[in-house]
Amino acid sequence: MEKVILVRYGEIALKGLNKSYFVDLLLRNIKAALKNLSGLKLEKIQGRFIVRLAPEEYDKAVAALQKVFGIVSISKAYVIENDFEEMKKLSLELMGDQVITEKTTFKVRSKRANKAFPIKSMDLNNKMGGYLLENNTNLSVDVKKPQIMFHIEVREKTYIYTDIISCLGGLPVGCSGKGVLMLSGGIDSPVAGYMMAKRGVEIVGVHFHSYPYTSDRAREKVIELARIMSSYTGPMKLYVVSFTDIQQEQLLKCNEKYTTLLMRRGMMKIAERIAYMEGAMSLVSGESLGQVASQTMESINATNNAVELPVFRPLIGMDKNEIIDIAQKIETFETSILPFEDCCTVFVPKHPETRPKLEKVLEEEAKADVGELIEEAIKNAEILRF
Amino acid sequence: MIYLDNSATTRADEQVVTAMNKYFLECYGNPSSLHRMGLEAEKAMNKARKQVAGFLKVDEKTITFVSGGTEGNNLAIRSAINKNKRLGNKIITSAIEHPSVLEVFKSYENNGYDVFYIDVDKKGFLDLEQLEEALDDKTILVSIMKVNNEVGSIQNTREIAKIIKERSQYCIFHSDCVQAVGKVPVEPLSEGIDILTFSGHKIHGPKGIGAIYVRKDLALQPILFGGGQERGFRSGTENLPGVVGIGVAVEQLSQFQQQVDHLQALKSKAIELLKAELSGIHFNSDESEKYAPHVLNISIEDVKSEVLLHLLEKKEIFISSGSACTSKKNSQSHVLKSMNLSSKYIEGSLRISFSKYNTLEEIEYMVKMLKESVDNVRKFTRRR
Repeated sequence: MEKVILVRYGEIALKGLNKSYFVDLLLRNIKAALKNLSGLKLEKIQGRFIVRLAPEEYDKAVAALQKVFGIVSISKAYVIENDFEEMKKLSLELMGDQVITEKTTFKVRSKRANKAFPIKSMDLNNKMGGYLLENNTNLSVDVKKPQIMFHIEVREKTYIYTDIISCLGGLPVGCSGKGVLMLSGGIDSPVAGYMMAKRGVEIVGVHFHSYPYTSDRAREKVIELARIMSSYTGPMKLYVVSFTDIQQEQLLKCNEKYTTLLMRRGMMKIAERIAYMEGAMSLVSGESLGQVASQTMESINATNNAVELPVFRPLIGMDKNEIIDIAQKIETFETSILPFEDCCTVFVPKHPETRPKLEKVLEEEAKADVGELIEEAIKNAEILRF
Repeated sequence: MIYLDNSATTRADEQVVTAMNKYFLECYGNPSSLHRMGLEAEKAMNKARKQVAGFLKVDEKTITFVSGGTEGNNLAIRSAINKNKRLGNKIITSAIEHPSVLEVFKSYENNGYDVFYIDVDKKGFLDLEQLEEALDDKTILVSIMKVNNEVGSIQNTREIAKIIKERSQYCIFHSDCVQAVGKVPVEPLSEGIDILTFSGHKIHGPKGIGAIYVRKDLALQPILFGGGQERGFRSGTENLPGVVGIGVAVEQLSQFQQQVDHLQALKSKAIELLKAELSGIHFNSDESEKYAPHVLNISIEDVKSEVLLHLLEKKEIFISSGSACTSKKNSQSHVLKSMNLSSKYIEGSLRISFSKYNTLEEIEYMVKMLKESVDNVRKFTRRR
């Protein structure tokens, strides 16, 4: 008797002629997520993957698979030959009176994908249910809400399992192209990256810092966020870009009310340049409408105007609490709330413009000479890989 | 490198490290062991206990070694409340205590205790009238720090003890003296402090060791149970090298007055130069003897303290900021808030804290670099 992990994928199973592309991509992503585990073997069967590993690696694999987009659910299953006597023997090991010692309800659910197997699924349900009732007086049947669902899948071999662990769903990362995420270190941007990755976008991060006004800790914090995110996004590149010179030029020459907006425009321009370098077709930001002065509709218009690529803002219609819930779930929240100054907080204008007019913004922007500074910033960017 | 964050921690004294080394590498026995190595370890423990007790002028049986200030404060407060809980349910502390006192008091708020926080004035001194009014026959514990860790204000523990004893015969007076030891005279017996906490790493000793003095007749019960070490009051294998280290660190304080004079000279110099060189500066502590000599807290207009901290860090000067990140109100210093300092000053507050290793030249250089950094930041923030 062998123990495996059954992996089920959802949305991509509905794809048409290019389904195999999605399936193969998901298989590659699973391989990457489990690459450090010993004894890894992956097998494709109809509508499922079978994961085999060294026995001590199962729990780690289950945890890792729960973070791979495109997987709907997984089960820790036992594999035996297509033989009813074998099934009975295994059922007692899993559900016999030695194992279940308190009153428990159950139901058997069989699936006979292999029609060569002589017992039809309804009959298999009845026979196996009856056998279990005979051999364990604690068990009783409840077909509506059983505490334990005893699954039997008869394919080229028989898979038996009692748990179905829900996973994230979504699409395999990489199937929807690349996006450059502006990763600030706050609560929102990692969540935005996570949500785009869930729709299959490969994420490249860009972080701006204002050293020496900001600290090594702020940088370390973003590195940690990228590390946490990469457990969902798969291998991830992070560009760390110094924004100090550009910021100083803007602060010195432009109207203070507009400096935050101009800074964001500068960041967008750099992110777009990096996107072209990386072959990415979109930018991703954690903006949520009306959350702060730079996220009013007018301000978003003013910053959007700086670039040509589409800017995806998956949090645009979410409240802070909804964003925090996701951040807690994906475990970026604790790191995000570490209170270090970042380049957006170092020089905050006292009264930022919340309803900027685009022509005024462009007029202010023209006062600062940042063209070459932007080139320098891109040239000197540090590239980290996770 | 110029280290001016000595309220956070201090560099260990070389004599401390030398003494400790022996107990890591040679005499590493467990004081509880019956063999000779255990006995050697026990003797070292006794010697350190004598050193600490001698310094505080108390009986050595009243000294218990703990893991540091936080554990000491927790043990003091919890065991004092446990002892007196049948006599009343009111406990009093100040609004400017270290979190290792404040958080313990907060934990009693929803547990049937009447928790009272005494205010301080604009200078960081306790409102003694409020304390008098708050004390009643239900009050079982008062915990007031002797020296504040952010601004250095020295509370009049002698007077506080007197007020407490006049109103209640069984109310216990605990004082967190972590920032006081080595900087101001500390004598629990003559001052009327019943329980006192201090820590090794603030006096050039090692981290992870502290001591607590408990008045002889209090007979407090432990909160950690185990092998019954430290007369049953604090179980757990003794941190022998740490204990030896704190003993030697206390011995180094024998030149107390000389060291205090040095700290005071550094502070006076810093104040004099800062006043001369910087505009828009506000002093949250001064050079009078009402403040401990090793701490200076200032606020600078139109700059964020964390930004200045990093600019100085780039020049190898290490200080502390009075608030972490000003975009998050809850991370602003509760001490400065309690002193009613306006938000703009809290944003730009810095703590400069000295030790015996600092020199006047270092102070001059620090002020020069601070001025440079402030001018640099103000270029961008004063363009209104």
